[in-house]
Amino acid sequence: MTPSLIGARVPRKEDYRFLTGSGQYTDDVALPGQTYAAFVRSPHAHAVVRSVKTDKAKRAPGVIAVYTGADLAAAKVGGLPCGWLITDVNGQPMKEPPYPALAQGKVRHVGERVAIVVAESAAQARDAADLVEVDYQPLPAVVSVAQAKKGPALHESAPDNTCYVWALGDKNAVDAAFAKAAHVTKLEFVNNRLVPNAIEPRAVNAVYSRADDSTTLYVASQNPHVERLLMTAFVLGLPENKVRVVAPDVGGGFGSKIYLYAEDVACTWAARQLARPVKWTADRSEAFLSDAHGRDHLTVAELALGSDGKFLAMRVRTTANMGAYLSTFASCIPTILYATLLAGQYTTPAIYCEVTAVFTNTTPVDAYRGAGRPEATYVVERLVETAAREMKLDPAELRRKNFIRQFPYQTPVALCYDTGNYEATLAAAIKIGDVAGFKERREQSLRRGKLRGLGYACYIEACGIAPSNVAGSLGARAGLFEAGEIRVHPTGTVTVFTGSHSHGQGHETTFAQVVADRLGLSIEQVEIVHGDTSKILFGMGTYGSRSIAVGGTAIVKAMDKIVAKGKKIAAHLLEASEGDIEYDRGVFRVAGTDKKKTFGEVAFAAYVPHNYPLDKLEPGLNENAFYDPTNFTFPAGSYVCEVEVDRETGNTQIASFTAVDDFGKVINPMIVEGQVHGGLTQGIGQALTEGCAYDETGQLLTGSLTDYCIPRANDVPMFKIDTRETPCTHNPLGVKGCGEAGAIGAPAAVMNAITDALGVKDVPMPATAQNVWRAMHRA
Amino acid sequence: MSVRVSMKVNGKPVSADIEERTLLVSFIRENLRLTGTHVGCDTAQCGACTVHLNGKAIKSCSIVAMQAEGADILTIEGVAHPDGTLHPMQAAFKENHGLQCGFCTPGMVMNALDFAKSHPNPSEEEVRESLEGNLCRCTGYHNIVKSIMAGARAMAGSK
Repeated sequence: MTPSLIGARVPRKEDYRFLTGSGQYTDDVALPGQTYAAFVRSPHAHAVVRSVKTDKAKRAPGVIAVYTGADLAAAKVGGLPCGWLITDVNGQPMKEPPYPALAQGKVRHVGERVAIVVAESAAQARDAADLVEVDYQPLPAVVSVAQAKKGPALHESAPDNTCYVWALGDKNAVDAAFAKAAHVTKLEFVNNRLVPNAIEPRAVNAVYSRADDSTTLYVASQNPHVERLLMTAFVLGLPENKVRVVAPDVGGGFGSKIYLYAEDVACTWAARQLARPVKWTADRSEAFLSDAHGRDHLTVAELALGSDGKFLAMRVRTTANMGAYLSTFASCIPTILYATLLAGQYTTPAIYCEVTAVFTNTTPVDAYRGAGRPEATYVVERLVETAAREMKLDPAELRRKNFIRQFPYQTPVALCYDTGNYEATLAAAIKIGDVAGFKERREQSLRRGKLRGLGYACYIEACGIAPSNVAGSLGARAGLFEAGEIRVHPTGTVTVFTGSHSHGQGHETTFAQVVADRLGLSIEQVEIVHGDTSKILFGMGTYGSRSIAVGGTAIVKAMDKIVAKGKKIAAHLLEASEGDIEYDRGVFRVAGTDKKKTFGEVAFAAYVPHNYPLDKLEPGLNENAFYDPTNFTFPAGSYVCEVEVDRETGNTQIASFTAVDDFGKVINPMIVEGQVHGGLTQGIGQALTEGCAYDETGQLLTGSLTDYCIPRANDVPMFKIDTRETPCTHNPLGVKGCGEAGAIGAPAAVMNAITDALGVKDVPMPATAQNVWRAMHRA
Repeated sequence: MSVRVSMKVNGKPVSADIEERTLLVSFIRENLRLTGTHVGCDTAQCGACTVHLNGKAIKSCSIVAMQAEGADILTIEGVAHPDGTLHPMQAAFKENHGLQCGFCTPGMVMNALDFAKSHPNPSEEEVRESLEGNLCRCTGYHNIVKSIMAGARAMAGSK
């Protein structure tokens, strides 16, 4: 028997093409008759568009067409839809102002698209875009979350710039608990606005064929079927069977490539007018202005404790910035994916959270790695650490005192955790991070003129959002299942089609391990296909760390059907009754005998059905499955961060970072470690270096990689990571998902360490040298 | 204005008539259709476009193609052995999981190849320093650093 592939560090199948420059990203796709698009973008955060003159641009060399919002309106192209309806505290639907692909009468953020220019070359398109004359009448802009309600209204339907006020939890119970609390810890902070910055910029190449009236869209997307659904059903009104969306190799997503973007719509519509392929690839400056941003909350949070340190209640008020328009899933991020996580790992009996979502003259905000859960973890873990310091309790002991230890556990904020062992991850993190040696290290640092601090974060995450019917009752406008198909070939090799999409996660390897292990095949005998609506039956794509838990389970369900049919075939071949056939990793055996057929032999019989029960069974071996989870999965973990702060400059370095996560069963530890490293670095980026700055007129000051600092190799240490395992109870693989954990837990751990080093209550994120220096000198 | 440029790319002589303003990276990607060299930014920060010009790692977004007239250019497509076997540095990235989405990877490998020539047994600190001009958003650099340390040693050992 070959050793199991589950838990094996299998090198990645996808690496060879990426290492040799043979990957095919959207911008690499060049088609006969290729044209190139450039967008005319608003330089104003808020303005009336009096006129758009395109004559000069249309006469420029190489220009094929110029289209404006008026052209799209005349063609009745719909606005970009929002995929989640939030119902407010008064039972009213959220405000959903129109989000046109090209501006109609007004622009509401810098970088909003006003016109599209299509030309024979990318350079010609850009040159001509500069010749489009737009007459703007600038209007006062509102930029900050705090000022949103008082600012000039962006949309007629939302005169106070409020999209919704939404609440979760028992307010009366919370107020009563606060009234009798021995101690209340209160914090007010901003969860800084981030720009995802996948290194591959967004790109789209749209093709229309008059021959069969079909449209093909190559697009850097995390979920091609969702893109097709939104594009066809809501925006362009095309029949889905005439639209193919291909998301080829995609260079990172982190949430930013989930959404239907205006550029995708405009290029697709233009390609259909011109019957020539239209390609647009964002430059980094455009990405900063037009990719959906993340986070941007202003929060007041309070934790009520008893004199024994037991958490009694939590009260949270958050104002969340939606930006100028509602991006595809914007509305559910600071609500469904945020307030529901405020129990964290603790038995806090009463929690109330009120969220006000506002419009401002800024780029739309949507899910970015973690999406609501980093914000929730930041609230909980900053409160807990601060409470421990205020009450002179050990922060680890305070957490232990309040850990949930009985599962399943119903939180007061809607979720039911199926399993976990928070003590195990915390104990491991304390050991691996050598918390016992911290005092000595702190003294050593001090001798070198550095302040050293230690911070914890114990996060909980909800992944694989589902089930569809519950999500639907909460406002989801789409299903949340995943689809998979197993195609067994006559010689016993297998092609697996998955609705999940891989843009760095290594599904081609991890999913192949799952299938090869079960079917008794080598990893090379299993091919994973993803990212093409013409090949894959359906899919909701990759977001929210759902791929292995939901997409992987759909594949397992399809394999179950393959094995079930294989048993019937084997029973016939072995002249046994079906009930006597046992299956284990590629071998069908008559129970208690040495009579057996291999998976390959059964596959061959299915396709060359000469000796086959044709009267009872169809030939062929091909099955698909749709899987709708019964619950979220709940990865959790404990992080310990140590920082060193330079007393002279405020410059802060991560001295060490320990992460112990519980992702349930781990299929490929090498890939999981890579996901953790990347997530941690993005979380450290949020804490130390990243943050959007807008000036008061709505100009993005951090609009390039020279101004917006994503972490470089020197900003992070070698990470000390490990896992503990409580298998998920409601999916067959026992998996929970690992993609976002690092980004969820790291910011609170880093900021808890910095505030410990400085002996201050709070430092704003990002803790740049300037922000830290100021905090030191205020203290 | 159109201008003729000629150079050697991955050992093969190439020439084309291009606009004077054409960047070297555009020439490589659009004219030669060697799309392994990537563009990740517009401010010479990300390093995804790194190639070798006469043996030195440069950012091909930062010079126009004309400046490479007569030069010897090596792109990621020219790194593996002609039979397809990975170069030891490429192999080290695979073994150490030094890549995820793959978009920054060609630039990382090209930069590492140049670095390893002068650093046969680099320290972690030296490797991190060498990555000052290359951004990765997926890996947190942890495994890239390990890959380059291992790759440099493998290159030194195979000499």
